[in-house]
Order: sequence, then C-alpha cells, then structure tokens
Amino acid sequence: MAAPRVVAADLEEHRSYLLKFAALQLRQKEVAEDVVQEVFLSALKGMDGFSGRSSVRTWLTSILLNKIADHHRKAGREVSMDALAEADGEDALDALFRKNGHYVDMPQAWRNPEESLADQRFYDVLEACVGRLSAAAGRAFLLRELMGFSVEEICKELRVSTTNCHVLLHRARLRLRACLEERWFASGRRK
Amino acid sequence: MLSCREVSALLSDQLDRRLSLKERIGLRLHLAMCRACGRVEAQLRFLREAMCGLPKQRRDAKRS
Repeated sequence: MAAPRVVAADLEEHRSYLLKFAALQLRQKEVAEDVVQEVFLSALKGMDGFSGRSSVRTWLTSILLNKIADHHRKAGREVSMDALAEADGEDALDALFRKNGHYVDMPQAWRNPEESLADQRFYDVLEACVGRLSAAAGRAFLLRELMGFSVEEICKELRVSTTNCHVLLHRARLRLRACLEERWFASGRRK
Repeated sequence: MLSCREVSALLSDQLDRRLSLKERIGLRLHLAMCRACGRVEAQLRFLREAMCGLPKQRRDAKRS
C-alpha cells in the first residue's frame, strides 16, 4: 500500500491553497475548514477517480467547487454563478474608462510594491478587494492566479467560451488593480 | 492606434495566452507612448506575484 501513502502526502501539500480558495469563496473561515476536510475525505476515498490527466490541484479544486455548491444548497442559498450571463452582460469596466477609451482615473505609479509583499495588512486589503469582485470574475481569477488553472480548464469549469474566460479575467484584474491603488498604494494605510 | 481600454485587455491576455504578432505590435506601439499603460502592465504582473504569496503568507503569519 505504498502508493496511496505517497498520494496522501501529496494531497497535504495542497491544503493551504484549498483553504485559501474556500475561505475567499465562502467568506467564513470555519466553514472553509470543514469543506476542505470533506474534500480530503472524498479525495482519499475516490483516489482511483484521479485520471492523471489533470494536475492533483486541479482535481482537488474540482471536488472543492462541488462541495462549495453543496454547501450553498444546504444553506438554502443558491449562489448564482452564471458566468456566461456575467461575461456577456453589462460591462463592469465602464466605470473605469471614458467613452474614448481613456482611463477615468489615470493609473498611478506604485512606490516599491515589492515591500508590500512582506506586509500582512497588504494581504488583508488584497483579500478584501478580491471579495468585491462579481461571482464569476472572482472565481475565474482565483482559479487562474491562486489554483494555477489554465484558461482552458477555467472555461470547462465555468462552462463558458475562451473569449468569455478572457473577458472575466480582464475585468477581475483591472478592478483589483484599481482597488489596490485606491485602498493601499494611494491611501494612508501604507506606512 | 489602440485605446488604453483595448490595451488593458491585451495586458491581461498576455498573462494567459501568446498574443498574435499584430497584437504585440499594437501593444508595443501604444506602450512606447503611454506611461499609464506601462504602469498597468507592471502592476498586473505584480498582482500575479502577490496572489502566489497569499496562501504562504497566511500560514507564516499564523505561526509567528
């Protein structure tokens, strides 16, 4: 039974990523921990179901997305994740640009952004900004930048076209950029 | 000449796919003349770097 032990250790390596993803999507830390625990139980039980075609993290994340949907259903809260409608719908970037395509607020230079990576308060602001994204844009962004999904994998998971995937990622990144500028780099919160 | 808004889509896309030659030329021409979009390019790369540090950051913070 050497093989399952190797995989079990491998699963553990992904825990911090799954926890962070779950916490940002569920917005409740305790619930996130429970849900991730369920993911590990399912994963260990269903290890044969892992085809090796996707990475372990992608596989675990798919299980996690199902568990998150289960959680919402049990809580009686259907969370709308209509990525297609969101990508096609009213443009969330209209507020950032003028009609002629120029920025409403000219992007500013960020002074020594690398320093912020050592500051816990910066990560608090970053998480708050991620929390302000719309459901589909937030999910697409986290799958890409936190869980390391390819665009192709995101499209499959959200059931949207490649074009719509790029639209969602574009919106998420620009809104996050503006949010970080407003709440961190241009604000007095930073030392 | 591409607008800043069109350029912002290419700046995001280049993190996810290889841009076509035409897109790359349009992008570089715009960036040569627009300081704001050059900042956005660097900031989107920084955003990616910051997200990579997110799970690790929290774990370390808890330990200390």
